[in-house]
Amino acid sequence: MTSYFNEEFETLPRAALEALQLKRLQNTVARVYANVPFYRQCFDAVGIRPEDIKTLADLKRLPFTTKQNMRDSYPYSLFAAPMEEIVRIHASSGTTGKPTVVGYTQKDIDNWSELMARSFVTAGVHKGDIIHNAYGYGLFTGGLGAHYGAEKLGASVIPISGGNTKRQIMIMQDFGSTVLTCTPSYSLYLAEEASTEGVDIKSSRLRVGIFGAEPWSEAMRSEIEANLGLDAIDIYGLSEIMGPGVAIECINEKHGLHIWEDHFIPEIINPETGEPVAEGDKGELVITTITKQGIPLIRYRTRDITSISYAPCSCGRTHARIARMSGRSDDMLIIRGVNVFPSQIESILVRIEGVEPHYLLIVDRKDNLDTLLVEVEVDERIFSDEIKILQSLSHRIEKEIKDMLGVTCTVKLVEPKTIQRSEGKAVRVKDNRKL
Amino acid sequence: MKVEQISIFIENKSGRLAEITRILGETGINIRALSLADTSDFGILRLIVNDVEKAKAVLKEKGFTVSKTEVVAVEVPDQPGGLSTILQALDKDGINVEYMYAFVERCGGNAVIIFRFDETDKAIAALSSNNFTILAGERLYSL
Repeated sequence: MTSYFNEEFETLPRAALEALQLKRLQNTVARVYANVPFYRQCFDAVGIRPEDIKTLADLKRLPFTTKQNMRDSYPYSLFAAPMEEIVRIHASSGTTGKPTVVGYTQKDIDNWSELMARSFVTAGVHKGDIIHNAYGYGLFTGGLGAHYGAEKLGASVIPISGGNTKRQIMIMQDFGSTVLTCTPSYSLYLAEEASTEGVDIKSSRLRVGIFGAEPWSEAMRSEIEANLGLDAIDIYGLSEIMGPGVAIECINEKHGLHIWEDHFIPEIINPETGEPVAEGDKGELVITTITKQGIPLIRYRTRDITSISYAPCSCGRTHARIARMSGRSDDMLIIRGVNVFPSQIESILVRIEGVEPHYLLIVDRKDNLDTLLVEVEVDERIFSDEIKILQSLSHRIEKEIKDMLGVTCTVKLVEPKTIQRSEGKAVRVKDNRKL
Repeated sequence: MKVEQISIFIENKSGRLAEITRILGETGINIRALSLADTSDFGILRLIVNDVEKAKAVLKEKGFTVSKTEVVAVEVPDQPGGLSTILQALDKDGINVEYMYAFVERCGGNAVIIFRFDETDKAIAALSSNNFTILAGERLYSL
């Protein structure tokens, strides 16, 4: 017996779902055309008026929105609602030091809460569950997104946020947490710390774990389920589109993430050509939001690589399923849940006087935690014959990266010309993580 | 009064020191004194050589990061307390020693210590006024 949070909409027959999508798409296109100069210019440039959107297929005539467009609109230029109606602002790390900003109206927060509540139920969570929410609270959407969804569902939410793992383990046991929400790597770290503390986390009351915000794999799912004794569920979301709860696996199948199609229209495209790929083929996920008021996005290029399936699911939900994300169509790294672009590190390095932008990012996973090593070449302008000056340079780079990007790293100074130069695009990243 | 020292950045990996000494040897450069400072990741090799410009050029050509630093070579009485009298004189004037190391050769009956100060000129003045003997570069290279 499947439980639903909103049975009517979660199981809407495809024809009705698509009719709803079209109506909402038309409203969204009209809204952004009227309120967002960027979209009006884009649509005018290709000669499309809102009334030209007569079928869902017409969506393909609209231009894409990219992360660069969002950067260029910093902070509020893409908002389609006046600031008096914006009740919440979130942001994700940006590539040039400026974050990508999103704004929510009260209706947006209500919808997000509902979709997150639906996601919880889809993952097998129900009223009465005690949700240990270890996603970070703050500008990052993870913590508050899961929190509002948990409250909407009527579960008991513990807003523990990230960090202080020993305390997390104590609270999880003492408070009788039944659901864990965090990044997949943090769940394994938690399990390991618990066992160091002599705590058998498998015998805790934890039943379901909802993990997202970073790439993981089926192998990691098996490891998490074995180490924590729970059902590990993959959740997908991104702040540009909403936050967590855009798509989630059902506990029935754990095979593909249902994307809430009454709020989002997914497309899978060839990232090179922009053309759609066949159902089941891998490509870049493109999402159009069709209910958002604060910052609706038309055909947003997520850069996440997946495939889509419209095959019916045993859980009864009619919403399409996207496969577990298998990579990125750009060079973004996700390090402990934090999005990092090599260009961000580069812009920090070039601001430090004398530092050559010859660097190599080495990402690894040690004891289930991602590590970032930044190798920087030492040339004559930064070289000092005093150890302490070179060490303070390393520390300064580490601190700037931590301050700007929120990710802890270790800087290693290396001899000049030791970082491999390649013809054309330089190799800036070595990702040694085995997911 | 100042002596030119070359400093070379080396990563902590095997063979780097051997590589540098090989390059200098093949170029006919004689190392007169050296010190190696190291951390877990990297080290700094400091050298007094008989031909600073040539050593710097050849190492740069081989891809090393090399810099020139002015240091001070001071004669120290080779007897108990010899170094201490110098350090006390410097301390009185508030001069910091960044690092120091001993020269291989003796100068007459005295040892020679290479100093790197935070304020080189002030240190030279303090040492001179206390009648310590400071060795010029040419003198040192030919010891």
